[in-house]
Amino acid sequence: MQLLLESLFNGVAIGSVLLMAALGLAIVFGLMGVINLAHGELIMLGAYTTYVVQLIFKLPALQPVYNTYVLVAIPLAFIVSGVVGVLLERTVIRRLYGNPLETLLATWGVSLILQQFVRSVPLAHAAGLMLTLVLGFGLPLLLPQKLLAGPRRRLMCAGSWAVSALGGVLLAGGLAAQISRIARATSRNVDVTAPKWMRGGIDYFDITFPVPRLVIIVITVVAVVGVTWFLNRSVWGMRIRAVTQNRSMSDCLGIPTETVDVLTFGIGSGLAGVAGVAVSLLGSVGPNVGGSYIVGCFMVVVLGGVGNLLGTVLASFAIGLLTDLIGAGRLLTVWPDMPTPLADVVNFFATTSMAQVMVFALIVVFLQFRPAGLFPQKGRMVEA
Amino acid sequence: MSTSLSKRLFVGMAAASMGLAVTACGGGDDTTSNASFDETVTVGILHSLTGTMAISESTLVDTEKMAIDEINAAGGIEVDGKTYKIDYIVEDGASDWPTFAEKSKKLIDQDQVPVVFGGWTSASRKAMLPVYESKNAFLYYPIQYEGQECSNNIFYTGATPNQQSEPATKFMYEKSPAAGKPFFLVGSDYVFPRTSNTITKEQLTSLGGEVVGEDYLPLGNTEVAPIIAKIKEALPDGGVIINTLNGDQNVAFFKQIQDAGITPDNGYYVMSYSIAEEEISTIGSEFLEGHYGAWNYMMSIDTPASKKFAADFKAKYGEDRQVADPQESAYNMVYLWKKAVEKANSFDDDKVREALVGIEFDAPQGPVKVMPNHHLSQTVRIGQITAEGQFDILESTDGPVAPQAWNQFEPSSKGFACDWTDAAKGEKYKL
Repeated sequence: MQLLLESLFNGVAIGSVLLMAALGLAIVFGLMGVINLAHGELIMLGAYTTYVVQLIFKLPALQPVYNTYVLVAIPLAFIVSGVVGVLLERTVIRRLYGNPLETLLATWGVSLILQQFVRSVPLAHAAGLMLTLVLGFGLPLLLPQKLLAGPRRRLMCAGSWAVSALGGVLLAGGLAAQISRIARATSRNVDVTAPKWMRGGIDYFDITFPVPRLVIIVITVVAVVGVTWFLNRSVWGMRIRAVTQNRSMSDCLGIPTETVDVLTFGIGSGLAGVAGVAVSLLGSVGPNVGGSYIVGCFMVVVLGGVGNLLGTVLASFAIGLLTDLIGAGRLLTVWPDMPTPLADVVNFFATTSMAQVMVFALIVVFLQFRPAGLFPQKGRMVEA
Repeated sequence: MSTSLSKRLFVGMAAASMGLAVTACGGGDDTTSNASFDETVTVGILHSLTGTMAISESTLVDTEKMAIDEINAAGGIEVDGKTYKIDYIVEDGASDWPTFAEKSKKLIDQDQVPVVFGGWTSASRKAMLPVYESKNAFLYYPIQYEGQECSNNIFYTGATPNQQSEPATKFMYEKSPAAGKPFFLVGSDYVFPRTSNTITKEQLTSLGGEVVGEDYLPLGNTEVAPIIAKIKEALPDGGVIINTLNGDQNVAFFKQIQDAGITPDNGYYVMSYSIAEEEISTIGSEFLEGHYGAWNYMMSIDTPASKKFAADFKAKYGEDRQVADPQESAYNMVYLWKKAVEKANSFDDDKVREALVGIEFDAPQGPVKVMPNHHLSQTVRIGQITAEGQFDILESTDGPVAPQAWNQFEPSSKGFACDWTDAAKGEKYKL
């Protein structure tokens, strides 16, 4: 019983990290059919956002509320990665719809640029730049529409960008002056330290449940529920699904398909940012952090069936459970006196690296029988 | 045709060509060299300045530059009555092993440097080795490694297993708070951890200890949950964990084992072979306090030489910088090369190689001496990590320990040794 519970928890813990990382991709790749190789770097931006927020909360003025920094980091990471995603969609991807190979190459290039960006640009300046972008795009939306009408439009837009740029410069200067650790560019990995309440473990049934893992599970559940609600119940969610299923018909019916594309891509990217908060709690944050998740993300989405959220959820947990089952050699514990040859095989695969080989092999075999994944569904990809 | 001829010349008559090359280089640099020097000699520095390994390897470049500047400030190298200023060419290995081989060729053939200081990972060394052997050039390699190698064209200033992991295993088994308890081995999945753990297993068997499990994390993977599950199952009452994880994976490992209750308070002690002062400050000492490390040099060594080394480095590169074992090793190799060149009275590879054996140097860690197997005899220290992020040195050997290139616990190399001073013995001979 205890073993079952422990194995289950571990599987869910591993799976929820995978799921959180893949959720954004399930939307971008699953619904829109965009192969976004820069998804890992959007995760990385979220992780760096967490790091910067953590440092800001270490300033004397914010010290009393330091413990809550993770809660602030989540929406901020969503916004940062979301805005970068929107920018990416507007500038690169929208010109390449229908050309999956070109999209693949272009987004791979973007991922390299983003990796080098965090190496060569001081994080304080990067934060300033992000503020400029967020305000620059956000201010015109907040202003009363009347002000934006007519000949004043250009002036108002220029004005709002000027204000945004000023805000960005002030933030960059302020951060660089206050926090010396992000005033210079560095290629070394940085470390996010979880606040006290998020460290350690909770003992229950003789099993230690690490708190960061529990937090990640909670974040994942909230994100999945939120996305499901959004896609199935909200107006924009329904528009997204309509465009996914039949673009030209939606267009005819008056759905602004371009806005839908931007929104979908932005939300998918924002979710990658939230995943960045989650992974920063487990390991260190560095320019290469995205690379270690991207393959897993695609694996989950493909296994689950492109375009199906439920499939992504089940695939993540299946991979998580399998990894734990094989990697920790659980079979031997359950059945200690299995025949020696079998025990040798189980033992051979009971290391993390061999377990990964085994999981991949099983997925390949599975896809032989069900090439479209767990839940095949029609999407724009199929149409194109 | 002309290049292949010059290559042949290079290999065949290394003596003459090297002498000429050095003079030629020096002649060209006359305008930049200090008036008090007669000539300039250009050496090669080859480390990763970009990519995953850049974090670690760039500190070695800093230290090597510091040693070169110090030597120049003290009058340079004196050969054949002339004083030489040391100049350097820094090349980027880009954390990519074939690049290391390619850049080595460039430094040897094109820049004609008499010596290259470089490398960090065993993979990069294995990639460079054939280049140096085929061109009969000389590489100085500064990192503690798994041993089982003894090239005539590489000089190893880092620790061999018997100068790091073996004393550490013995200490953990006999004297640590977890003495006598079973061991669990964790490492990244590449040559150093696998070889090192094979040695540790053999050694524990001979000590009477028990290894209850081992696991390897693929490079780049930070999902340690299955490993934690295995450790808890294999070591229900605490024990020793030998850690040979690399780079960032340590951060994930130490963060997550602490959350899972695998802490010194609960009787679990981790002995790490790749965690020095620099890594402690990256991971955070709150995750590492109470765990152990083994090195030849530790910043907390309380001698004037050690303090001066740390103070000089901080003065040059900033108060927040640290010095650690790999840097000390890199620092030593520049000085050892200088001493060997002066003893040989020549920059010629073969003469320097012959002169090198037997050279002694008062390093920051204490006296070191070059042994016939192209490794260094050095002092071994075991330390426990403090809340301040330094090592509390619990044990250090009475004097330098002689290096064993071929491990004496590993069955395939047991009973073998290496001696380049005797043509009949060479790379691997039976004791």
